[in-house]
Amino acid sequence: MRASVVAPIQGLGSAVLSAVASVGTAGHLGVGALRALRKGDMWGPHILAQMARIGVHSLPIALFIATFTGIVLALQASYTFTGAIPLYFVGTLVGKTMVLELGPVLTGLALSGRVGANIAAELGTMRVTEQVDALETLAYDPIAYLVVPRVLAGAIMFPMVVLMANAVGIVAGWLTSLWLLDMSSPEFLKGLRLFFRSWDVWFSVIKSVTFGLTVTSVGCFFGLHTTGGAEGVGRSTTHSVVASSMIILVLDAFLAAVLL
Amino acid sequence: MSIRLEEVHKAFGRKEVLRGFTIEIHEGETVSIIGGSGVGKSVALKHIVGLLRPDRGEVWVDGENVGRMPQQELYKLRRNVGYVFQFAALFDSMTIGENVGMGLRRIPEMSRASIAERVAECLRLVDLEGFEERMPAEISGGQRKRVGFARAIATEPKYLLYDEPTTGLDPVTTAVIDELIMRMRRELGVTGVVITHDMNSAFRVSDRVALLHEGRVRFQGTPTEMRAADDRIVRGFIEGRPELMGAAP
Repeated sequence: MRASVVAPIQGLGSAVLSAVASVGTAGHLGVGALRALRKGDMWGPHILAQMARIGVHSLPIALFIATFTGIVLALQASYTFTGAIPLYFVGTLVGKTMVLELGPVLTGLALSGRVGANIAAELGTMRVTEQVDALETLAYDPIAYLVVPRVLAGAIMFPMVVLMANAVGIVAGWLTSLWLLDMSSPEFLKGLRLFFRSWDVWFSVIKSVTFGLTVTSVGCFFGLHTTGGAEGVGRSTTHSVVASSMIILVLDAFLAAVLL
Repeated sequence: MSIRLEEVHKAFGRKEVLRGFTIEIHEGETVSIIGGSGVGKSVALKHIVGLLRPDRGEVWVDGENVGRMPQQELYKLRRNVGYVFQFAALFDSMTIGENVGMGLRRIPEMSRASIAERVAECLRLVDLEGFEERMPAEISGGQRKRVGFARAIATEPKYLLYDEPTTGLDPVTTAVIDELIMRMRRELGVTGVVITHDMNSAFRVSDRVALLHEGRVRFQGTPTEMRAADDRIVRGFIEGRPELMGAAP
């Protein structure tokens, strides 16, 4: 009876302690990464390669998602508006929704799977095969060598990918309006321009920078703290995707509340 | 100049691995630390190079307390220490040449040409001449170990730490690695710490052998002294008789 009362409390206690320890470790990693920015000789040579891996190689999946999101937005807007709201508002809805919400968030979620999982698996494998220890014994700072180029590349390339995804999504919505909704280009563009504000684009950029920082740093965190061989690598990869997806959604709400 | 571990304690969660581990390794000598699997041999080795910090106790290298050393100082110390990992720990995405040259690239005075020259020299030393452009996935386990060895000696360290250098190797490759360890001491005066449970190898390469048991050094002495030891744990381990080890007080 007593054990049945104590065990859940113990479990809760250890879960809280573990969460606090993780926050502390993540903070330590963040401070280490800021300090490691000074060591340009270690991360500098790798930044372009990481930008290509994180940004350029992610374009196909990001643009694929954006294309179909744009098509669906146009179709659903037309379905909702028919007979009640002028059809040129399809352009407004496609533009606003892509730039403010679906462009950054869907790209962020997709890249948390592609980029975050890739980083966690790569660094996790390096950790369990002692390659990270080997770096340290060769006088390399693993944070400067492994974490900084990935996080910087994420912060730089996510906005680029998101801006392209926004553009492609809008174009897809436009073409859908022309071909399937019998709208004209002037109609669609009128709606697109109607409530457009340049701040919307900045908002999209700010969101995507924070998502880029989140996905890459969460991937690095779980990767570098991997234990337990191949199973541990799988666990880190899953945790990385789940955690970064959750943080992206929380940040999405937070930024909308603060910046809009 | 020596390596000294004093009363080192280290636990992972509730598992206490080292419980007052004490050993001193003098300049120019090779000491093997032997013991069963999971007794903390590699953990002890990682303390020497600051990959792990003790919960209690002190680790001294060249008169410096490694356990309290700031990270920057630790990187300086590591330039004098070569580490041969159990499974080589080669960087998968790099060629063999790039792997061996990794430590050299941290030395500002070294030009690309001198790095390439030194890499070739180290690969020649481990009988892997001309392997520079191959990838780690293209070579055998024994060759990977030798590349790990070449990488560790490339910076001409004062100390070499070997984590199970011969485990999983055939007898011929084992003899080659043992000979390399002895050559390092004989020709370059390198101080070596070898973690192994290969008794033949330990007796062949070491000036002294220490048996790690239950987190402490149970026995240490020359190979001859160890062979003659009466201690039941020592006898049990070197003769492969678990009943003696289990029956010990």
